[in-house]
Order: sequence, then structure tokens, then C-alpha cells
Amino acid sequence: METLQIIWFLIIGILIIGYAILDGFDLGVGFWHLFAKKNGERKAFIQSIEPFWDGNEVWLLTGGGALFAAFPPVYATVFSGFYLAMMLVLLGLIFRATAIEFRNKVDSDRWRKAWDFAFSFGSILPTVLFGVAIGNVLLGLELNAIGDYTGGFFALLNPFALFCGIVGLAMFAHHGALYLAMKLGGEAADRASGWAGKTWYAFLFTLMPTVAIGLRSAIHTEQRWIPMLFILLTLAAHSVAFMLNKKRKAIAAFLASSCTIAFLMLAVAFALFPTMVPCTNNPEWSLTLFNSSSSQRTLGWMLAIVLIGMPVVLGYTVFIHRIFRGKVEVKAD
Amino acid sequence: MDAILLARIQFALTIMFHYIFPPLTIGLGWMIFMYNTRYQENGNPVFRQLAQFWTKIFAISFIIGVASGITMEFQFGTNWAGYSRFVGDIFGAPLAAEGVFAFFLESSFLGILLYGRKKVSQKMYWFSSFMVALGATMSAFWIVVANSWQQTPAGFEIVTEMVNGVEVQKAVLTNFWQAVFNPSTLPRYSHVITGALTVGVFFILGTSAWQVLKDRNTEFFRMSMRTAVVPCFLVIMLTMGVGHKHGHQVAETQPAKLAAFEGIWETQTKAPLMLFGLPDQENERNRFAIKIPGMVSLFIGGTFDTEVQGLKDFPKEDRPPVAISFWSFHLMFYMGMWMAFVAFIGVIFWINKNLLHHRIYLTVAALTVPIPFLANEVGWIAAEVGRQPWVVYNLLRTQHAVSASVPGGQVLASIIMFSLIYSLLFGLWIYLLRRQFHKGPEPIATLEAEVK
Ligand code: HDD
Ligand code: HEM
Ligand code: HEM
Repeated sequence: METLQIIWFLIIGILIIGYAILDGFDLGVGFWHLFAKKNGERKAFIQSIEPFWDGNEVWLLTGGGALFAAFPPVYATVFSGFYLAMMLVLLGLIFRATAIEFRNKVDSDRWRKAWDFAFSFGSILPTVLFGVAIGNVLLGLELNAIGDYTGGFFALLNPFALFCGIVGLAMFAHHGALYLAMKLGGEAADRASGWAGKTWYAFLFTLMPTVAIGLRSAIHTEQRWIPMLFILLTLAAHSVAFMLNKKRKAIAAFLASSCTIAFLMLAVAFALFPTMVPCTNNPEWSLTLFNSSSSQRTLGWMLAIVLIGMPVVLGYTVFIHRIFRGKVEVKAD
Repeated sequence: MDAILLARIQFALTIMFHYIFPPLTIGLGWMIFMYNTRYQENGNPVFRQLAQFWTKIFAISFIIGVASGITMEFQFGTNWAGYSRFVGDIFGAPLAAEGVFAFFLESSFLGILLYGRKKVSQKMYWFSSFMVALGATMSAFWIVVANSWQQTPAGFEIVTEMVNGVEVQKAVLTNFWQAVFNPSTLPRYSHVITGALTVGVFFILGTSAWQVLKDRNTEFFRMSMRTAVVPCFLVIMLTMGVGHKHGHQVAETQPAKLAAFEGIWETQTKAPLMLFGLPDQENERNRFAIKIPGMVSLFIGGTFDTEVQGLKDFPKEDRPPVAISFWSFHLMFYMGMWMAFVAFIGVIFWINKNLLHHRIYLTVAALTVPIPFLANEVGWIAAEVGRQPWVVYNLLRTQHAVSASVPGGQVLASIIMFSLIYSLLFGLWIYLLRRQFHKGPEPIATLEAEVK
């Protein structure tokens, strides 16, 4: 029976999409924090994500745990293969977490400057590295028979992967700007909406060449039209976001950009399906969802855990966004 | 240095740093819930003030727990790829369950506790403080399940399969409930939770005592101390009692570990309790030993005639490092006794209503603050080092668990990076706590004005 394996491939996909949509806006806000004008605005940026970011990050942690549980060889290969990159992601996430909580705790300019830097740096670094990691998985890795990565660190810094990193940054910056346009009021919201307008092009113009390169080397599935379809959907959702932002329908624009992210991630997933980590030196050694999954029993239990747990999690998410609905006030300094 | 040793150093460093914070937040979480409950019951604003002040301390500590926890979640993949492939079928599920059932809950309600005081009703606020404490306590459950399975594996079988022409072994789940409730899960979970509560209550007692000594917000911190004295006593007694039960389980399921804890070389009845001694692994004996005859047999089996297995029964390559196991276990035990003593004296003073006037007692209580943290750390060292040379007890040796694809140099670089970051975080933690203590609680008038 292969149904459970396919279900789990999709669940991992959903967790990654959930992470990208939710923490994506936090990471994007971290990027725009660099461009905020005054202390009052910087403070408001942080306040706009303060009650949510930790819950959003848990999508990543749960995704990691679920990958470990459902596809242990993939978890082992990817995280040990991307060792240094992963350490830098951790570095970034650690500083982002502490910056959000500590920045507004001490009333001193030097203190705030230091944390402002940590916040932006800790958001941009992981964003780019996530993109680079996805790019490398799409291209495939050099592996040995039991799945240990043998390619060396510099092989990971190839043009396609770096492009993917930049696409990721543009995508989250766009998403974060729309979030700010939705959460802030007045002048700050206007500026955020303007930023979204600019990064809209950035995303489009970096995505196109990346897809063009990807068409040649990054599609592993037999049904090439499926990822292509999702790329088209990505572009469609992205255009809708543009129009809605123009009309200043902030919430709708944000939802459209969430769809953009979901479609792009699905394009990635279906470019791979049913492979999870392609092996470049010997295609037989590729990790697929069939040869790398846990036992049926484990997948079954895990499915029960997810079916019981995730509705509750979605409940919390909606609940907390309702409690903190409304705009965050930008105070003058 | 070889890659295995480096990976072990890195694991120990990162988890021991992480483990400073979870016990504190679990313990403080329940105390904060108690304060909120008292306030709901009798409307005494002091309890609101207590809840509010300790929530601030909680928040500062929580965030460092989160920051260092992210590292842990990925560490198995980055540093222990061999381990991940071997145990993934069983070990990953609790890690994922921890996210689904506990971290989401904890982080959502913490948002309300920290930033939503003015946005929700009193009842909701109270409920959130309950959910935060519950979430912390539950996240400990799943990680302890994972750890306990590697100590006393159950509900699995070992299968050998050919992967691309290479023979690979792995553990496969056969019975979910047996794996979750393996022989050491419940003893370990209850001991870990009571140990965590110990950290929380002694932290409140000791740091408050220090403020009283320094005469900062004396009235408030006296009240704070008063609320902690009885919990300290109850909780430390429980921790020791549960730990004693835990010892029975170790004797049964991991005899080599127990022998190392007690420094016992020969299998014997009337096995003595060694209060002090220097185990000498090479020559298989103890030096400078001070012993009470028969006590270990009595503890383990209830009679002096209980036979206790000695280390010489196990092949040399299957023995844990005896001196580290012995000393970490004994230090935990001694620190437990010390805390029981401090709590006991506290209760006596409390009954006589003069708790807060003995400067010597205040000093002692303040100096005791690090002790429960250390007891928790050495407790884990005992449990983990005592498991060596196995990473999964009797199944997988530590040397086969490491990531083969990661060069030692990269591991070393990341150890240096983590040492720097964690030193910085630790310094920040101390700095921000000091500031918060100096600032003291918000005045009752301000707090009352906010109540909906
Ligand atoms: C006895 C309890 C306990 C133990 C043994 C561990 N942890 Fe922990 N962990 C917690 C109790 C806890 C906690 C109390 O639930 C924390 C502290 C702050 C927090 O967010 O939750 C936490 C945080 C925390 C986080 C951040 C969660 C968030 O962002 O909200 C992660 C990813 C981990 N832990 C992972 C681990 C791993 C992989 C461990 C084992 C090797 C581990 N922890 C040992
Ligand atoms: C939270 C408190 C914990 C502390 C303080 C702790 C401490 C340690 C220490 C000191 C080591 C090194 C032992 C040695 O190399 O001799 C170690 C190793 C290890 N522990 Fe723990 N541990 C803790 C919890 C856990 C948990 C919850 C897990 C599993 C989920 C775990 C799994 C491991 C693994 C995989 C290793 C590396 C392999 C090994 O050396 O055995 N530990 N731990
Ligand atoms: C004095 C009485 C105590 C006894 C008899 C006792 C017993 C034990 C035993 C036998 C273990 C090892 C379990 C294993 O290796 O699998 C252990 C571990 C541990 N102890 Fe204690 N303990 C005591 C006090 C304490 C105190 C006061 C604390 C902390 C405040 C503490 C915290 C821990 C922790 C965190 C662990 C590691 C986790 C575990 O395996 O449960 N213990 N204890």
C-alpha cells in the first residue's frame, strides 16, 4: 500500500507551506525593519508580529519533526548534508527570536540599534538559506549508497540555488510588506503598500529566469505539466495580489500572496514527486517517498496524531489572530 | 579530535544550555497559575501583582528556552544522521507530537498572557496562564518519551534490509503504546517534572530572599517568599521520592548503569552505599571509599539480601564511564538532601511566623538558587553518561550514530559558534533578570486600573 506514503508526502508539503505563509510574513517584516524610518515605526513593526511569531515558527519545528518521523533517511541526508547552512539558519533564528522579545525591553538607543540589526539579519539570513536549500534539493545532491552527502560545501553554492535564495527573499519581502500594509495604519501602511508594489516586480523578475533554468534541470517527475500548472497558478495569484494591493484591499492582497506562496511550494513538491532527494551521480540512489518512508504502522499512528492535533492547532491560530485583530498603532517618538 | 567526540561535546553543550530554561519555565508557569487562581478566588491585588511580576521573569527565560530549543530539534539530523536513520521509525513521532500537541498550545496562549492582558476577559487571562503551564508540562512529556525509548527500548523489532547493495539495520515500530510507555517513561517523566517544579519554587524563594536582604520592595518580596516556602518543601520531597522509585527501575532495566551510579564492582548481597570514593575504572576498584554497609541492597530491594549486580559482570567495552556516572548521580542526591534541609528549616520558620527575619536564612536561601539547576543538569548527565557506550541501550553504539558526511572541522566551527552565542544569551538573561528585579513589581494602583 502506497497511499499512506503519498499522504505523508502531502502532509510534509502542507506543513512547509504553512510555515512559509505564516513565518514568511514575520521574516518579511524583519527585512523591512531595515527600511523603517523612526523608532516608533520600528517598534510598531515588531508589535505587529509579537503575539504570533513563536506559533508560526512551530510550523517549522513540527515540519522537521514530521519529516524525521515519516521519512527518516530524508531528514538525515538533508540536515547532515546542509550542515553549515543549517548552522547559519539556527544562528539567524536564535537572534531573531531574542531580538523580537528583547528590543523593547531596555530604553537605550544603542541597545535598540543592536537588536534592530539582529532582527533584520536574523530574518534575511534564514530566508535566503531556505531558498538555497530548496534549490539544491531540486537540482539533486551527490550521495553515496546509504544516502550520505558527498558533494562538499561549495557545490551547494551553484547559480540556480543562489537564484532560488533571491526568489525566496523577494517573495517573503513582498508578503511581509502586504502584512504590514494590513496591520499598520496611516502613513506607515501607505509606505508598506508601496514597498509591496516594488517587490512585486522583484519577485516576478527573479522567478522567471529561475524557472527557465529549472525547466531544464530541476523537474524530476514524469508529469512535467503538473509543476508547470502550479507555476502558472503562482503567476495568476501573484497578479491578483498586485491588483488588490493597488486598490488597497489589504487583507485580500495578503491572502492572495499567501496563495502565491502555496502554489510555488506545490510546484516545487510536484517537480520532485515521487522523488524527495534526487541523487545526481546515480539516479538509482535517489531518496523517494517509497524507498525512504517509515513503516506503515508508524505512518498510521502519525496520521492519527496529525488528524487529532492539526484541527486544534488551526483553531488556536484563528483564535489568536481574532484576539489581536485590528491595527497596530504607530506612536510618534 | 575525532568527529564522534566533537559531536558528543556539541550535543552535551547545546542540550545542557537548553535545559537551564525549560525546568524554570515549567516551575514558574505553575506558580503563576497559582497566583492567578488565588486572585480569581479572593480578589487580593497582591496576587495579581505577583502573577504579573513573575510572568515578566517567565517571559525573559522562556524566550531563551525557545531560542536554544530550535537547535535541538534539528540536531539529530545534522549531527546524528546514523542515529536518525536507525531510530527514525520510532523516535521521530514523539518529536512531531511535541510540536503538534504542546508547542503550538504553549506559544498561542503565551501570546495572550504576555500581550493580551487588556484584550481578553479576566477568566480568559486566567485560563491562558493554565494553558501555558500545561503546554510546558506536556512538551516535556513527548521529549521524555523519546529519550526514555532510547534508554529502555520497547515495542519494536530490528530489521535488516539491503539499501543499494549495503546492509542496513534499523528499529521498526511493532507496538505504539509499548514504545510510548516503555519501562522508564513514567518514572522518568514524573522525576523530570518534579525536578522542574523544584527549580521554579526554589528560584522564587531564593531570588525573593535576596531582594529582601537588599531591602528592595521588601513587602512584596516577603509575600513572594511566603508563597514559596511550603511548595518548596512538598516539591523537593516528591522529587526525592519519585527519584527513589526511578532507581528501582534503573536497577531492573539498566543494571550496568546502576552499578556505575553506586560504584559497585562485584555482584553481591548487602551491597554498600558509598558516600564518598574515587572509582578507578582501569583497576576495577574504588579508592578512598567511605561506605555504609547494606544500604544499596536495602534501597533497591527492600531487604539487605537483595543481590546487586556488579560492573565486573559486564564486558569491559560495555561499561559506562564509572567516575562520571558515580559523581553526577551522587551530586544530585546530595543537592536533593541540601534542598530538603533548606525547605524544612523554611517551613519551621514559616510556622513560627518569623521566616523573614533571619538574615542567615535569607542568605542561605539566596545562595541555594543555582542548586536545583545543577541538580537537574547532573541528573541528566548521570542518566545519559550511564547509558554509554550505547546510544540506544544494548542496540546501537554511539560510534555508529554520528553523521558520516560531516567533517570534524565543521562540527568544531559550530561548537565555537554555539559557545559564543550561548555565552552571550546567558549574559543577557542575567542582565535582564537583574533589571527586572531592581525595577520590582508594578504598583497595585496601575494594575487595578487595567482590570476590565
Ligand atoms: C523536560 C523538559 C524538556 C526536555 C527534556 C527538552 N525540552 Fe525542549 N522545551 C521544553 C521542555 C523540554 C519546554 C519547557 O517546553 C520549552 C522551553 C521553552 C519553550 O518554548 O518550551 C522547550 C522548548 C523547545 C523548543 C522550542 C519550542 C518553541 O519554539 O516554542 C524546541 C524545538 C525544543 N524544546 C526541542 C527539544 C529537543 C529536541 C530536546 C531533546 C533533546 C529537548 N527540547 C529537551
Ligand atoms: C534535557 C536534558 C538533557 C541533558 C542535560 C543531556 C545530557 C547529555 C549529555 C551530557 C550527553 C553526552 C553523553 C556522553 O557523550 O557521554 C548526551 C548525549 C546524548 N543525549 Fe542527552 N541529555 C538530555 C536530554 C536528552 C534527550 C531528551 C534526548 C533525546 C530526545 C537525548 C539524547 C541524547 C543523544 C542522542 C546523545 C548523543 C549520543 C550520546 O552520546 O549518547 N538527551 N546528553
Ligand atoms: C535525592 C534523591 C534523588 C534520587 C534517589 C534520584 C534518583 C534518580 C535516578 C535513579 C536517576 C537516573 C535515571 C536513569 O539513569 O535512567 C535520576 C535522574 C535525574 N534526576 Fe534525580 N534523584 C534525586 C534527586 C533529584 C533532584 C533533587 C533533582 C532536581 C531538582 C533531580 C533531577 C534529575 C534529572 C533531571 C534526572 C535525569 C532525567 C531522568 O532520567 O529522570 N533528581 N534521578
